[in-house]
Amino acid sequence: MASAAFTVSSPAASAVATRSKVLRGGKGEARTGCRVGITRKNFSRVMMAVAVDISRFEGVPMAPPDPILGVSEAFRADKNDLKLNLGVGAYRTEELQPYVLNVVKKAENLMLEKGENKEYLPIEGLAAFNKATAELLFGADNPVIKQGRVATLQSLSGTGSLRLAAAFIQRYFPEAKVLISSPTWGNHKNIFNDARVPWSEYRYYDPKTVGLDFEGMIADIQAAPDGSFVLLHGCAHNPTGIDPTPEQWEKIADVIQEKKHMPFFDVAYQGFASGSLDEDASSVRLFVERGLEVFVAQSYSKNLGLYAERIGAINVVCSAPEVANRVKSQLKRLARPMYSNPPIHGARIVANVVGDPVMFGEWKQEMEEMAGRIKNVRQKLYDSLSAKDKSGKDWSFILRQIGMFSYTGLNKTQSDNMTDKWHIYMTKDGRISLAGLSLAKCEYLADAIIDSFHNIS
Amino acid sequence: MEYLPMGGSIKMIDESLKLAYGEDSEFINDKRIAAVQALSGTGACRLFADFQRRFLPDSQIYIPTPTWSNHHNIWRDAQVPQRTFTYYHPESRGLDFAGLMDDIKNAPNGSFFLLHACAHNPTGVDPTEEQWREISYQFKVKNHFPFFDMAYQGFASGDPERDAKAIRIFLEDGHQIGCAQSYAKNMGLYGQRAGCLSILCEDEMQAVAVKSQLQQIARPMYSNPPVHGSLVVSIILNDPELKSLWLKEVKGMADRIIGMRKALKENLEQLGSPLSWDHITNQIGMFCYSGMTPEQVDRLTNEYHIYMTRNGRISMAGVTTGNVAYLANAIHEMFASLRNNPQCSRSKSIHKAPSNPYP
Repeated sequence: MASAAFTVSSPAASAVATRSKVLRGGKGEARTGCRVGITRKNFSRVMMAVAVDISRFEGVPMAPPDPILGVSEAFRADKNDLKLNLGVGAYRTEELQPYVLNVVKKAENLMLEKGENKEYLPIEGLAAFNKATAELLFGADNPVIKQGRVATLQSLSGTGSLRLAAAFIQRYFPEAKVLISSPTWGNHKNIFNDARVPWSEYRYYDPKTVGLDFEGMIADIQAAPDGSFVLLHGCAHNPTGIDPTPEQWEKIADVIQEKKHMPFFDVAYQGFASGSLDEDASSVRLFVERGLEVFVAQSYSKNLGLYAERIGAINVVCSAPEVANRVKSQLKRLARPMYSNPPIHGARIVANVVGDPVMFGEWKQEMEEMAGRIKNVRQKLYDSLSAKDKSGKDWSFILRQIGMFSYTGLNKTQSDNMTDKWHIYMTKDGRISLAGLSLAKCEYLADAIIDSFHNIS
Repeated sequence: MEYLPMGGSIKMIDESLKLAYGEDSEFINDKRIAAVQALSGTGACRLFADFQRRFLPDSQIYIPTPTWSNHHNIWRDAQVPQRTFTYYHPESRGLDFAGLMDDIKNAPNGSFFLLHACAHNPTGVDPTEEQWREISYQFKVKNHFPFFDMAYQGFASGDPERDAKAIRIFLEDGHQIGCAQSYAKNMGLYGQRAGCLSILCEDEMQAVAVKSQLQQIARPMYSNPPVHGSLVVSIILNDPELKSLWLKEVKGMADRIIGMRKALKENLEQLGSPLSWDHITNQIGMFCYSGMTPEQVDRLTNEYHIYMTRNGRISMAGVTTGNVAYLANAIHEMFASLRNNPQCSRSKSIHKAPSNPYP
């Protein structure tokens, strides 16, 4: 390379410092242009080096704020006393405070007492957790568990479970596509995009009825190529809160079976939707009973309030134990270069709670209380809307919906009005999180909804 | 237990940057570092690899030979092409510095290199300070990008500042670096998956943009990182008393390992081994690349119930005052029996290892 030679005597410490200043450049200045390198003391060779400093990251644009998590940020910045955060799906008490379950505190104290170490978990996670989570989902007496046909890996909550499954699909079913509901949780699309799995939507929400477009759903699942993966919300559909009835689930299973599709459940609210763990798992169990192979992503973020611990699992029900072993081994191969092994803390909490009959009973009670509070709030909101709205609009869809969320039917402009005029923060698709609503605020919310619905288009 | 932001705990990130870049780092003050909490070292490397794929799609990664095997998996699953560069010198159980420099010079300008900041895994062989300076200089000449995997800060020499020396040299020389940090070993938080990824940028605006994109990569992978380990880290590092207790404990752990290295070497010398064992104390960190062949390792396992990876890597963390004599004896006997039975595989003659980089 082109260079000019010049001699430099063995540099002392001060020369080293000088060199550093030369190379560093000023505060905040664009570091373009040429830099001169000076020799180090132990070499006889002398070179003038020319390097051009243009940032490699010039082409990195600012990413847009997350549509869901960004709502909370905006809420925090709002100084108005009346403000209400109905954005993110995190449970709040009637006092609108985050809630750490008593049984979780108990479990953590127990864990501190036990003083277990912090060694790495195996790639597939904590064995006690994996056993407990599969039993919770499928039922401890389920033949698929007894036959060893379920591959379970502890993963990073619902997101991590979905991502592992998506990566698996990309690797072993490269021709397949995933069908997701319209609408669905926003991050579903990101997950499949980043995993490079193609997706398309099936009709789900009917704005006219604020209910399920069942015919559309069945037609779209029917029309998809055989062997597609169908992403289903096990219970408490996010964002709509609209779930199929048991009869509708049977028909959905029929068409999936007929098309040899692979059912792929996202179960983020087991126990949290109806208050009953078993009832909320009935859709999954229905499919399993038919002998189908099924993917199920689980999360303990909401039902055990373990949001930030990132605890969940990916389960794959396979036709035979030998298949489950192979599938598990490949899921591990996908997890290892992502995070090596999953975090222990949340897994131990779950294993302790589910593994102890007393604590398990306490958990079920607290879960019923959480689900109960949400149901009460739904009722109060409905009552307030019905009482205040003189137009005769039917608000009963609020009672028919289930889980943390309600799809109000408000459009983007109307949702903006909720925020701009009423300081009520929600996602722009009209979704409100009832978990963030208190009985005390129901009337205020009703006023806002009525105003936005009738006076804004 | 509410969700952390996608980028993780700010407190934990701030403290991590101070550890890696220096308490009074101008880069921290100027807010030029894009940093996110990551799933320990693995997660940090993976985020960076995915970032490379997305924003520098023509780039590749140069990985040392040998390296931690999961490095290959990470960049492969991120779909970033890999190359290797010369690192370990088997004959001396040390650094093949000439080979290393050649590979740096021969790589196309602007290549990305994975460097182990300290306590190279699996060899335990680190460049000397002088060698790091020369590497840094050559990187400047070639406009290479250094990505540091620092999994053992504090754990290698006992002094976190000393263990970050390579990084500080590169920073002084004006490189824009990337850095993966892990608290698995130095805080013993293995299963908590606590770590940090940082990328030094042009300026604050760019750092904000880069961080936002790292978050975009994290969101569809795990949404936001686990809180527990990050709480432990930030509480410890934020509290002067706890931090000083940590510094003592990490020095204690490092000293024990250094002591075991000494003991193993002395035991072997006292047994009258004719072979050179300087590399045991020249190498640093958790691992000792003994130079034993797979067959020799198998003999140790089968005849002496000593378990190690077949590349001859000994985890010094598993050596104690209670077993070091046994280990030395086994190694000595095994080699002695090889000498007496020349038809068995022998190791090549062992040259004197380079002098201890950390006297």
